[in-house]
Amino acid sequence: MKKVLTGNYAVAEAVKMARTEFIAAYPITPQTTIVERLAEMVEKGELNADFVRVESEHSALAAVYGASAGGLRAFTATSSHGLLYMYEMCWWVANSRLPVVMALVTRTIGPPWNIHTDHTDLLTLRDSGWILAMSENAQEAFDLTLIGFKVAEQIDLPFAVGLDGFQVSHTAEVVDVPEQSEVDEFLPERRRNKPFVIEPRNPITVGGLTTNECTMILRREMNRDMEKVGDLVKNAGYVRDYDLVERYRLDDAEYVVIMMGAWCGDAKDAIDVLRDEGVQIGMLRLRFVRPFPAEEIAKLDCKKILVVERDCSVGKGGIIATEVKSVANSPVQSVMAGLGGVDVGVDDFVSMFRRFVKGELGEWWL
Amino acid sequence: MILSFGGQGGVTAARLLSIAALNEGKYAQAIPQFGAERRGALVRSFIRISDRPIRRHSSVKNPEVIAVFSEKILKIVDVKANTVVINSKQPKLENGRVYYVDASSIALELNLISAGWPIVNTAMAGAMAKVFGFSFESLKDAIEQTFSSKLAELNVQAAKKAYEEVKEWSA
Repeated sequence: MKKVLTGNYAVAEAVKMARTEFIAAYPITPQTTIVERLAEMVEKGELNADFVRVESEHSALAAVYGASAGGLRAFTATSSHGLLYMYEMCWWVANSRLPVVMALVTRTIGPPWNIHTDHTDLLTLRDSGWILAMSENAQEAFDLTLIGFKVAEQIDLPFAVGLDGFQVSHTAEVVDVPEQSEVDEFLPERRRNKPFVIEPRNPITVGGLTTNECTMILRREMNRDMEKVGDLVKNAGYVRDYDLVERYRLDDAEYVVIMMGAWCGDAKDAIDVLRDEGVQIGMLRLRFVRPFPAEEIAKLDCKKILVVERDCSVGKGGIIATEVKSVANSPVQSVMAGLGGVDVGVDDFVSMFRRFVKGELGEWWL
Repeated sequence: MILSFGGQGGVTAARLLSIAALNEGKYAQAIPQFGAERRGALVRSFIRISDRPIRRHSSVKNPEVIAVFSEKILKIVDVKANTVVINSKQPKLENGRVYYVDASSIALELNLISAGWPIVNTAMAGAMAKVFGFSFESLKDAIEQTFSSKLAELNVQAAKKAYEEVKEWSA
C-alpha cells in the first residue's frame, strides 16, 4: 500500500512491522521523530515492545546491548554527536556479534553547531564491524531497516541504516509499504539461541578477559563473515530485490560516478541531462559501505571514475575515494562536496559532471 | 512553495497536498524548511508533484506556484511565480496569475483557532488543491487520514469552502 511518509516515519513503520521487542534511545535532531513515533506506537499498543528512556546515547546502546544479548530483537537510532557519545558501545555490540539494528540519520559533526546532513558520522563506524547501509530515499530507509534485521540475525553482525538528515528524514514522500503478513513471512521471530543468550539461570561471561589470540580470531571471523553479507542481501527474499550497489545507466558508460545517499537522485537527473547531450555517463551507487562493494567497482570498465562524497578524512581527503582507488581498474578522481549540509542540486551536478568529463574539476566543490 | 508564519500550519498543508497528490495517482514530496521549528517566524515549505517517481532531494529553487498564508508576508518577501495563491480579501500583488481566498475568515467562522490565531492551513490547502486541478475527494481523504474525527470534520469544511470560493484575481 502506498503511503506518504517522512524517512523517519518510514523507519519507525519498518521497526513496528519487524515486531521489534526492545527500543532504547535518546533524542537528537534529526533522528528524534523516529523514536518519538515509536514511543507513540508503544503507548497506543500498536507495537508490543519495551521502550526504555535513558539519559544518554551511551546508555541507549548499552540497554540495547543487554536486550539483544538476552535474545530480543532490539533497535536504537541516533545522529552525529549522539553516535559519538555511544561510540564505545558500538564496538561492544559489534565484537559481541549482536544483531542490533540502528538507524543513523546523518548529521554534521560540530563545531560549529550544524544539524544538516554530512556522511562523516556514518563513516566513523567504518572499521567497527557494523554493516553500513546508506539509503537514497524513504522507501529504501524502510526496506533496508527490514532487510537489516534479517541479515543481522543471519550473520550476527549489527546493521546501521543511514539516511540523510532532513533531506530524507524529514521529507515526506511516497513509500510502498508491504502487508504485515508479507513482512512476517520475510522476517520470522528471532532465533534466540545464537550465538549466545544471557539467561538468569544459565550464567555466562560476555566480553571478559581472554587470550590475545582470541581477539585476533574474533576480528578475522568478523571480517570473513562481513564478506558474506552481499549474498545475504541479494538472497534476502524481500518483496523488492536489493544489492550492495545500484547500477544506473552503466552499460555503455565511459564515465562513471560513484556516490551514496539522498543526493544520488539529483545526480541521476543530471546524468539524464548529460546523456541527452550524448555524454556516455552513468552511476554506480553505493547502497553499502560495509561490506565494501569491491568486486562491483573492480569490474567497472570505463575511461574514468568520479567519486563525489559528503565527508573528509582530514589529511587524506575523500574517504570513499581512497577506498575506491584501492580496488578500481580505471583512473579515479575525487571531489568533496555538500559537507555541513551545503545544498548540491541537479544544476550543480550537471556542471560538476561536465567539468569532470572535460578534466577541469577540482578536489573541492564549493 | 508555501510561505507561512510558524504556527499557521504551512508544513501540514504541504503534507496534506502530498497525500492528495498520491490519491490523484501522482508522486509527491513534502519538504519542510530544514531546521528548528520557529513559531511566528517566516517558514518556507515545499511540495514537489510529478507523474513519475521524484528522485531529487535538494532544495526547491524556482517554485512554479507560491502560496502565501498571510498578506503580511508580502512586506518581507518579494513574491514572484507563475502562479500565486494568497490568503486575502483583495490581493494587492503584481504577478502573472493570482488566485485568492479569504482563508482567515473561513478559519475564524469554523473556530479553527489556536493560541489566538486562525489556523488557515486546511482552507489554503483547499484553494491550492483547486488550483492544482485535484478533486476535492482527494484532499478530503488526506484531511481525514491526518486529523482525528471531530477536527477532521471542521477542517474538511474549511477546505471545501476555500475549494469552492477561490477565484482568479483580475486587477
